Amino acid sequence: MPGIQELQKDLSDDFSLLANWEEKYEYLIEMGMDMPAMKPESKVDENLVKGCQSSVWFDVKCQDGIMVFEADSDSLVVKGMVAMLYKLLNNQPAKEVLEAELSVFEELGLWRHISSQRSNGLTAMVAHLKAEALDCLAKGG
Amino acid sequence: MTKDIHSARADFPILKQSVNDHPLVYLDNAATTQKPQVAIDALVDYYTRLNANIHRGNHSLAVQATEAYEGARRKVAGYINAERNHEVIFTRGTTESVNLLAYTYGEKFVQAGDEVIVTQLEHHSNYVPWQQMCLRRRATFRILPFNEHGELDLALFERMLNEKTRLVAVNHVSNSLGTVNPVEEIIRLAHAHEVPVLVDAAQSVQHIAHDVQSMDADFYVFSGHKMYGPMGIGIFYGKEKWLEALPPFLSGGEMIDNVTPEKVTFNVLPYKFEAGTPNVAQAIGLGVAIDYLKQFDPLELQNYEEDLLTYGLNLLAEIPDLVIYGSPSHRSGILPFNVNGIQHYDMGVLLDTMGIAVRTGQHCTQPIMDALHISGTVRASLALYNSREDLEKLADGVRRIIKMLKR
Repeated sequence: MPGIQELQKDLSDDFSLLANWEEKYEYLIEMGMDMPAMKPESKVDENLVKGCQSSVWFDVKCQDGIMVFEADSDSLVVKGMVAMLYKLLNNQPAKEVLEAELSVFEELGLWRHISSQRSNGLTAMVAHLKAEALDCLAKGG
Repeated sequence: MTKDIHSARADFPILKQSVNDHPLVYLDNAATTQKPQVAIDALVDYYTRLNANIHRGNHSLAVQATEAYEGARRKVAGYINAERNHEVIFTRGTTESVNLLAYTYGEKFVQAGDEVIVTQLEHHSNYVPWQQMCLRRRATFRILPFNEHGELDLALFERMLNEKTRLVAVNHVSNSLGTVNPVEEIIRLAHAHEVPVLVDAAQSVQHIAHDVQSMDADFYVFSGHKMYGPMGIGIFYGKEKWLEALPPFLSGGEMIDNVTPEKVTFNVLPYKFEAGTPNVAQAIGLGVAIDYLKQFDPLELQNYEEDLLTYGLNLLAEIPDLVIYGSPSHRSGILPFNVNGIQHYDMGVLLDTMGIAVRTGQHCTQPIMDALHISGTVRASLALYNSREDLEKLADGVRRIIKMLKR
């Protein structure tokens, strides 16, 4: 399993091949569509991330210190963001998730569009996953 | 000789830029309009040449700044055809204007058991201040609903009026649906019960020919920044008899006549309602924006924008799965829509990647969204510098996004 930094580099390289914003978003949305579907029974209120304009669900499990999760959103753009987080952080050690500096969003400029919304959805999602990582570590994983 | 509307776009420097590598298509005018170069220059000129505090100093700059500020008031009074200049009060915007009236009128004229009528089509700014005032005064907050076309039912309105009604607050144009409300008729019906009416003209004053005297509005409020003027300046117009009867809103400098430790006598109109140092530069900028607007023939302007709206609505209506909200017989400036199966948020973000600026969400009108059982809409909104080409780009953009998302 490649590390988070390496995966960020891969994502950054993929996006750098795209000519304009439209193509970048098209790619982002495709990533969302290609993400494994979340089980309907996991889309419950306790898995909703607060602070997002759209509905975002994360169902995170901690298996021997490794974070394994499912996720979804009712917005396809946000689901693309969720898929990027999935690609970067799913199946990673909780310690790595907690310490990760997720620079790729800023680097790609995608951050700019999301954070212009009234509630900063991406920040809320990252904070949610880091809190889950902390929980996972506390459980002695 | 009136100015050609097609020449307007060149007067707005911000429209010349590219956004996300596309020429900007600005269709968020109901949120705020862009400013012509002359209005931008007026702000710089004021601070470069004229800045002084007004109404006090007797030095030359203070006298000139005061004259420019009062000149702006005369321009506004002329623009809405107020009978007297001192019926025009400068505020920070529509929201402050409504709050000014809700607090002062509520304190003086509303008792427990009285009623205030607003409509289901109001922006939160002309809804919440009345709801809160009714809670403070233990009065009843009544809401005139809209029908399946997004229009108000006047027969129902007439039945809601009674001897307990103290005030009616209604917008001229809905910021979410664009419905043009029959304010003249609403005022006539309310006046038959001796009830005054506040008209929220934030979405109409820049689009529709208007005249507060022929309309017979008791109160008429709007914002400078939605009519090509600066932010931070707005208007509260009231008939003199009402302004004399109302207590002051804010107290402090400028609004007083004589102060002792025991009591104070208040200054005359309009200063009674202008406590503290006002936004002088912005008031002057608004005056310049009005000069700019007055170069156009008002009816020609209204016809141009209405043709543009019809053209845009027809283009959107041809798109499969696209829903346009409301079907009022008279609509102004607003294209509210969704595409089935696509979040308004996604539509807004993706249109932005094409350089097209629209607004998405509830537009500060949660009661409308609740009535329509939707979480929000995409809203494109027009100004005098928009063209058919802008609306063609919008429709093309929407079609491309549908292709992108529905696979």
